[in-house]
Parts: sequence; structure tokens; C-alpha cells
Amino acid sequence: MNIKFYLLQRFYSAIIVLIGVSILIFIIARIIPGDPARMALGPTATQEMVEKYRDKLHLNDPIHVQYWFFIKGISEGDLGESVYTKRNVTTDVSKYFPATLELIIFASLIMVCVGVPLGILAGRFKDKPIDNISRLISLLGVVTPSFVWAVFLMIIFAFYLDILPVAGRLSQDTIAPDKITGLIIIDSIIRGQFNVTVDALKHIILPALALSLSALGQASRLTRSNITEVYDKQYIEMARAYGYNEFKIATKYALKPAMIPTLTILGLDFAAMLGNAFLVEFVFAWPGIAKYGVQAILYKDLNAITATTMIIATFFVFTNLIVDLIVAYLNPKIRLSGIQ
Amino acid sequence: MKIFDSRAWYKFSKNPLSIVGLLIVSLIILMAVFANYLTPFPEHAGPFVDIPNKIKPPSSTYLFGTDKIGRDTFSRIIFGYRTSLYLGVIVLCIAVPIGTSLGLVAGYFGGKIDAIIMRITDIFLSIPPLVLALSIMAFLKPTLTNAMIAVSMMWWPWYTRLIYNLTRSIKNEGFVVSARIVGASHFHIIFREILPNCSASLITKITLDMGFVILIGSSLSFLGLGVQPPTPDLGTMVSQGSKYLPDIWWLSVFPGLAILIIVLGFNLLGDGLKDLFDVEL
Repeated sequence: MNIKFYLLQRFYSAIIVLIGVSILIFIIARIIPGDPARMALGPTATQEMVEKYRDKLHLNDPIHVQYWFFIKGISEGDLGESVYTKRNVTTDVSKYFPATLELIIFASLIMVCVGVPLGILAGRFKDKPIDNISRLISLLGVVTPSFVWAVFLMIIFAFYLDILPVAGRLSQDTIAPDKITGLIIIDSIIRGQFNVTVDALKHIILPALALSLSALGQASRLTRSNITEVYDKQYIEMARAYGYNEFKIATKYALKPAMIPTLTILGLDFAAMLGNAFLVEFVFAWPGIAKYGVQAILYKDLNAITATTMIIATFFVFTNLIVDLIVAYLNPKIRLSGIQ
Repeated sequence: MKIFDSRAWYKFSKNPLSIVGLLIVSLIILMAVFANYLTPFPEHAGPFVDIPNKIKPPSSTYLFGTDKIGRDTFSRIIFGYRTSLYLGVIVLCIAVPIGTSLGLVAGYFGGKIDAIIMRITDIFLSIPPLVLALSIMAFLKPTLTNAMIAVSMMWWPWYTRLIYNLTRSIKNEGFVVSARIVGASHFHIIFREILPNCSASLITKITLDMGFVILIGSSLSFLGLGVQPPTPDLGTMVSQGSKYLPDIWWLSVFPGLAILIIVLGFNLLGDGLKDLFDVEL
């Protein structure tokens, strides 16, 4: 086995999973009772309109033909028309997704920049106050739904202290920069509109914090347990015996092996934030994919729901694939032999 | 009682946090079961209206204040716990047997069955749990029963994976091999030799999951896709209460804390069991 084979295998299994996901979503959308065409058009539509619409959605064809159209659409980037917005779902999603992406990227930054150092400290100072603090944060993070965090943070920082804005992506009088990536913070930096950057940052802090808190605790506990495990290894003792200073031991010998298993979980957490983003966006009126998704659910918008789920699942699978690639690169066992 | 002076109880009670968890869980279950007798205003659980007493801040009569139509938040939280526990129990009653039996079959027989079951499990696990539940709910009417179906649909794969890994290691143990040699049937080996040895992990995971199922259930109803008013539900209460922030803060803060406390209770209890049984999940 070599590294190329390993990567190919990972890629292949990601594709299998995606095909499986597409079948799963397709089946869920089709087996559930009720006529999607009727649901979309509402009770006032005539039977003729419903029939026409059924033809348009290929609902009158046999199930495998329907699936074929579905896959064909996906491969052409055409996920059908949204019943509610009357636009192509792909257009809609590309309009709303950047906001969500910006939110989860920022939340992940908080998770990594706070959670991992906290875990390292907790691991180095086991059973000391810092360890107990990290334990408490992680426990509270795990047991509190992110929408409850959102409400609490909103009350404290937006209403009581009144230092951060309540909702939205930008203040009303601030105009978003012309779209490059769709991520306002990055766009405004590229365009040099730094007042917009500051405003956008102020708006993103609370939702991102609410989103990251549950994952943050998990990240820190995991880092802690991996760090303590590595520090018990003999090569660390050996390094100490050679008289290396603690900083060198930590950075050169302890962190890398400890971070490899952590990285996998961080990847999972990053992708799982897409689910929780639904709850946080709801509280902070964040104009992201969740708002679109909930609206689609409300209007029984078949194409929009399928597309949203499909895009989130794809994102999830590919994030995991990328994490696997990074791990493969970092882990000499995989890099050199292709065995995990 | 025997359990209280047994070694297991001693080991469990050494960690004060486990005791706290046990207390929280038993107290909540007790209150939820006897909600009709223990809450100050049991009739407020339904579509009750008392306009003169609307929007009262927390006081000695209304411990956690009242809502827009004068219902006592405290009573509604206790009844909300009843909904949450009901959801948790039903979801696990559906998900655990399905997940466990698939895991047992895949792990024990191996080969093609193993590949098929575990691939399907992987597919379910590759969609974020909440998103999967949401997309199922999208096509169903938002009711408690449907929310239970949706959450169960996303929950069984975790049990399949857990039991699968356990089965694969247990099936090579001496006692299973000897049972096979004396001619025990597959059924006997799976249910009488392997399954009992998974029970410690199963009980621990079920306890921990009880909290997380309640969390997901409340998330669904928070988005308006689960339990519908006037049935009291903690997620719905936070969602409706958050519209009146910051003035009527008690409508969302107390139900939010209530979710935190019940999940915390099951989590601490589950961690205690994990130490007691010495299992890895």
C-alpha cells in the first residue's frame, strides 16, 4: 500500500457516501405521504395545474427515472426551481451560503484559537485550576443547546452591556462591499473598506461565539486527553533527560502526535456547525442558508429542501476528506506506508 | 437497601458530580410524573388565559413569571419536562433496538452483511444529525410523533457503530468460541453471550443520549418543527420568549436554563456510570 492508494481509497469512499446520501435524500423526499406538487401549489390549485406541475417535476415517471433526472440535475449544477422564490435553487443557495460559511469559519476560528490552547494548558496543568475551568466550560458547552447560548449571549452583550449589535450581518446604514467571495469581512478587506470590516466583525462575534461554544469545550477536552497521553510517552522523558527545555519539548515532540487525532474531530465539528447554524441564525436573524432552509420547509419547497440538504452533506463529506488528507500528510504512518 | 452499601454504590458515590446528576435526574422525573400535583398551576399547561395576570415578572406566586396570556412559566416548564422525557424515552425505545440489532448482526456475521449495513450506517452518519432530522421533518407535519420519528431516524446509526465495534472484539473471546464449539446456535451466541456483555456500554450510552435526544428535540421545536403550542415544550418556549427580549426576559431565560439542567443531569449521571462500569464509548 502506498500513499496514493490510500488517498484514492478515501476519495472513492467519499464518492460512495455522497451517492448514498443522494439516494437517501431522494427516498426521504419521495416516500413521505402527500403529493409534493399539491403541497407546493396549495389547496387552491386546480387538478390540471397540479398535473402539469407533476410533469415538470418528473413526478409521473417511474422512481428510477426520477432519480436519474435528479442526478443529472446535480451533475449539471441545476437543482431545479424553487417553488417559493421562483428562482433556480442553485442561484438561491449561492446567495445565502456565503453568509453561513462566514459564520462557521469564524466560529471554527474561535473554537481552534481558544479550545486547543485551553486543552493544551489543561493537559499540562492536570487537576490544577485551569484544568477545572476547561472542564466546566466543556461541560456547559456540551449540555447547552446553541440557541440557548445565543439567547444568553444576546441578553448579556447586546441588551445588558449594550456593546454589540443584536442582529443581522451589518448595520442598517452600512453598505455591503461589492461581492467577490460573498464573505463580507474578506470582501471589505480586499476593497479596503475597513469601517465595513469593523462593523461586520462586531455583528459576527455573538452568533459565532454561540455557535462555537459547544464545539469549543469538546475540542479542549480532546486536546487535553491527547496531550496527557503523549506526555506519558517515553520519548518525552528521554527529551527531558537530554535537558531540552519545556517549550521545545511541547512544540517539537508533544504537539504534533497529540494534534493528529484532535484534527479529525475538529473537522467533524466544523462540518457539524452547519446543523447548529440553523438555530443560531434563527436567533440573530442572520441571512444565511438556515433562513432559506426553514423557509423552504415552511413552504414544502421540494427542490430547495433537497438542494440544501445535499449541499450541506457534500460540504460535510468533503470537509472530512480534506481533514483525512491533512492527517495523512501529518501522520508518518500513513504518509510513508498508507496504513492507518 | 443492598445497592446503597454495595461496592458499586461506593464507587459511584465517590464522585460528587455523579450524585448531583442522579439527584437532578430523579428530581426532574419525579416532578414531571407528578406534575399535576406538584406544580402551582397545573391548568396553565394547556390553552389557559388569564389576562389580568399577564407579563408578571418572577414573584413568590409566579416563581418564573407569567407569559403574554398570563400562564405561569414555572408550571409550564415542569409540563415541558414531561414532553421532553416522553420524547427521549420513545426515541430511544425505537432507535436502540434497531441500532443494536443491526450492529450485532453486522459485527457477528461479517462479510457482505457487514459491508452493506456499515456502509448504510456511514451514509446516515455523514449528514449532520440536526440537518438530517430537519430534512425528514420538512416533509412531515410538525407534530410530536413526527419529531420522534425524525430523531429516531438519525439516532440508530450511533448504536449500530457502538455495538458493531463491541461485537467484533467480543466474538473472539474464549467464552464465545467455546459456546460455538459446543454447538450453540447463532441466536444463542448473539443474544445470550454477546449482548449481555454489551449491556454496560449500552446503559451508559442510553443515559448520556437521553440528554442529547432531549436537546435535539428541543432544537426541532425551537425552529417550530416539533411540538406545537399549546403543548408546553421547552424549545418552543425559548423560541417564543426570545421574541420579547429584553423586556420579558424570563420567558426565554428560564426555559433555556431548564433545558441546560436536564441535559446536564443526564450527562453527569452518564459520566458517573461510565466510570462505574469502566467503559469507553
